[in-house]
Amino acid sequence: MADSRDEPLVLGIETSCDETGVGVVRGTTLLADAVASSVDEHARFGGVVPEVASRAHLEAMVPTIQRALKDAGVAASDLDGIAVTAGPGLAGALLVGVSAAKAYAYALGKPLYGVNHLASHICVDQLEHGALPEPTMALLVSGGHSSLLLSTDITSDVRPLGATIDDAAGEAFDKIARVLNLGFPGGPVIDRYAREGDPDAIAFPRGLTGPRDAAYDFSFSGLKTAVARWIEAKRAAGEEVPVRDVAASFQEAVVDVLTRKAVRACKDEGVDHLMIGGGVAANTRLRALAQERCEAAGIRLRVPRPKLCTDNGAMVAALGAEMVARNRASSDLALSADSSLPVTEPHVPGAHTHAHSHDHVHEVAKGNLYS
Amino acid sequence: MLLLALDTATPAVTVALHDGTTVIAASSQVDARRHGELLLPAVDRVLADAGLRLDAVTAVVAGIGPGPYTGLRVGLMTADTFGLALGVPVYGVCTLDGLAYASGIEDGPFVVATDARRKEVYWARYENARTRTGGPAVDRPADIAAEVAGLPAVGAGAALYPDTFTDVRAPEHVAAAALASLAAEKLAAGGELPEPRPLYLRRPDAQVPKNYKVVTPK
Ligand SMILES: [Zn+2]
Repeated sequence: MADSRDEPLVLGIETSCDETGVGVVRGTTLLADAVASSVDEHARFGGVVPEVASRAHLEAMVPTIQRALKDAGVAASDLDGIAVTAGPGLAGALLVGVSAAKAYAYALGKPLYGVNHLASHICVDQLEHGALPEPTMALLVSGGHSSLLLSTDITSDVRPLGATIDDAAGEAFDKIARVLNLGFPGGPVIDRYAREGDPDAIAFPRGLTGPRDAAYDFSFSGLKTAVARWIEAKRAAGEEVPVRDVAASFQEAVVDVLTRKAVRACKDEGVDHLMIGGGVAANTRLRALAQERCEAAGIRLRVPRPKLCTDNGAMVAALGAEMVARNRASSDLALSADSSLPVTEPHVPGAHTHAHSHDHVHEVAKGNLYS
Repeated sequence: MLLLALDTATPAVTVALHDGTTVIAASSQVDARRHGELLLPAVDRVLADAGLRLDAVTAVVAGIGPGPYTGLRVGLMTADTFGLALGVPVYGVCTLDGLAYASGIEDGPFVVATDARRKEVYWARYENARTRTGGPAVDRPADIAAEVAGLPAVGAGAALYPDTFTDVRAPEHVAAAALASLAAEKLAAGGELPEPRPLYLRRPDAQVPKNYKVVTPK
C-alpha cells in the first residue's frame, strides 16, 4: 500500500444551501467533516430562506474551518489545496463560501479548486467505499436535486441521463410533511411515521412511468398534488387522516420510482453498480428498496453513511483531492459562484488554463433547483 | 504597520494598503454585480503595486456597511478569512464613515447617503469628517426630507434623490484608502474600532408560508 501521506490533503468548503460545511480529506480518507447548520432558523418558515442561510454562512465560516482543521489534526500550511462548491446552489449562499475559499487559498498560497456540488455528492462515496468504479451510475436525490448521472471520470466527465421535470424528491417530502402538519424538514419525520404505516394502504401515482415517458426523468408534482387531495378529502369528510399510512404510501411511491429508474439505467448502460447520494439517500426505505432491487438485478449498491449524503464539506474536499490527484487545472482568483453551474462541468478551471471560457448562459436557477 | 483595507458594501470594490503613515497602493472599481470576481484580483494587484506579499499585512480593515447584503458579505468574508489565515486582527469601519472622512467637510452638520435599493437610502449624520452624530439608518428619502433639508449630502445615495438631498457633495463612492486612513488614525490614537460584523439594518426577507395551499378544486 502506498504511503497515504503522499496523497493530496485538501480542505473543502460547502455553502450551496443551509449547511456551512468544511471537510478535510487525504486522498480518499476522511479526516474531518465539520458542519454548522442553520436548519433550525428555517424551520418556522417551512423552507430554506436564502438570506437567512447566507447570513449564517458568514458567521459560521471561520469557526467551522478552525474546527475542521482541529478535528483533522492538520495545520493549514500542510494543505495541498482548497476546494469549494462553485455551484449549483443558492447564489448568495455560494458566494460566501467562494469568497472564503479564495481568500484562504490566496493567503495560504495554495491552489484553489471551484467544484460542482453534484459531482461532489458522487465523489464523497470514495471516502466510504474507496475509489469510484468507472463508469459510475449515480442517483442524486435531495431537496434541491433529483438526477440520474453517469460518470466515467468524476473530475472530467459527468453525463446527465435524467432529472426531475418539476419538484425535487426532497421538496416533495417537505411539502407533504407540511400538509400533514409534521414540520420542516420533512424527510426524517416522514421516514419515521412511514415505518409504522402500510406502504400499500393507498395507491398513489408513480410519475413518468408510462411506456412513452422519458425513461430516466422524474416528476413528483403530480404525486404531491394527489397526496394533498387525498388528505383534504379525508378532512372534508370529517374523517381522521391516517398519517402513518399516508406517509408510508407517499414515501413508497417516491422510492419506487427512484429505484426502478436507477436500476433500469444501470441495466441499459451495462453498469454493474449504483451510487446513491444527496439528503434523501438517508431515507431508510430508499436504502432498503434500492438494496433489494439491486441485489435482484445483480447490481452492487454503494450508499455513503447518512451524514455524508447530506450537504457537507468533506464531499467537496473529496472531489478537490481527486482534482489534485488527477492534475486538473486549478481555478483562478476571479472564480465566481455560479448558481446554475451545469452538472457537465465537474470543476471550474481558471481562464488562463483553457482556450474557451466558461460561457454558458447564467440563467436564474430553475424553479426545481433550490426553489 | 501594514493595514489592508477593503470595502464591498456599495457598488465600489475598493482595496488599499496603508503603512501607518500613508496609503501606499489602492484600487477602486465600480461594478455592483461582480464584487465576488473583482475583490481578490484587486487585492493581488494592490500588493503587487506595493511590491509586498499578503503575509506582510499586520491588520485587516473591512467596511461593515450598511450595504446590500450579497456584496457586503464578500468583503467581510474575505477579511475574516485573511484574519484567520494570517493570524492578524480584523477591524470593522462603517462604510458611511469612510465617505464622511473622504469628504473632508469640517463645518457640519452634513449627511452621508448610499443606495439601499428598494427606493431607500442608508444614511448617517455627521458633525465633521470624523464624527458621526446619528445613524446609520435605512429610510425612504421622502421620510427624512425634513431632517436633512438644506444639509450638504455626500455619496451616490444622495445624488439619486435630488428632491431630498439638495446640496450633493463629493465623493460619490467610498474608497478603501479613506477607510484605511481613518482606521490608522483611530488605532494610532488608541481608539476602538467596531467588530468586523455586517450592518444589515434590515431583517432578512422571509415570508412565513401561509397555511399550505389547498389543491382540491372548489
Ligand atoms: Zn446537495
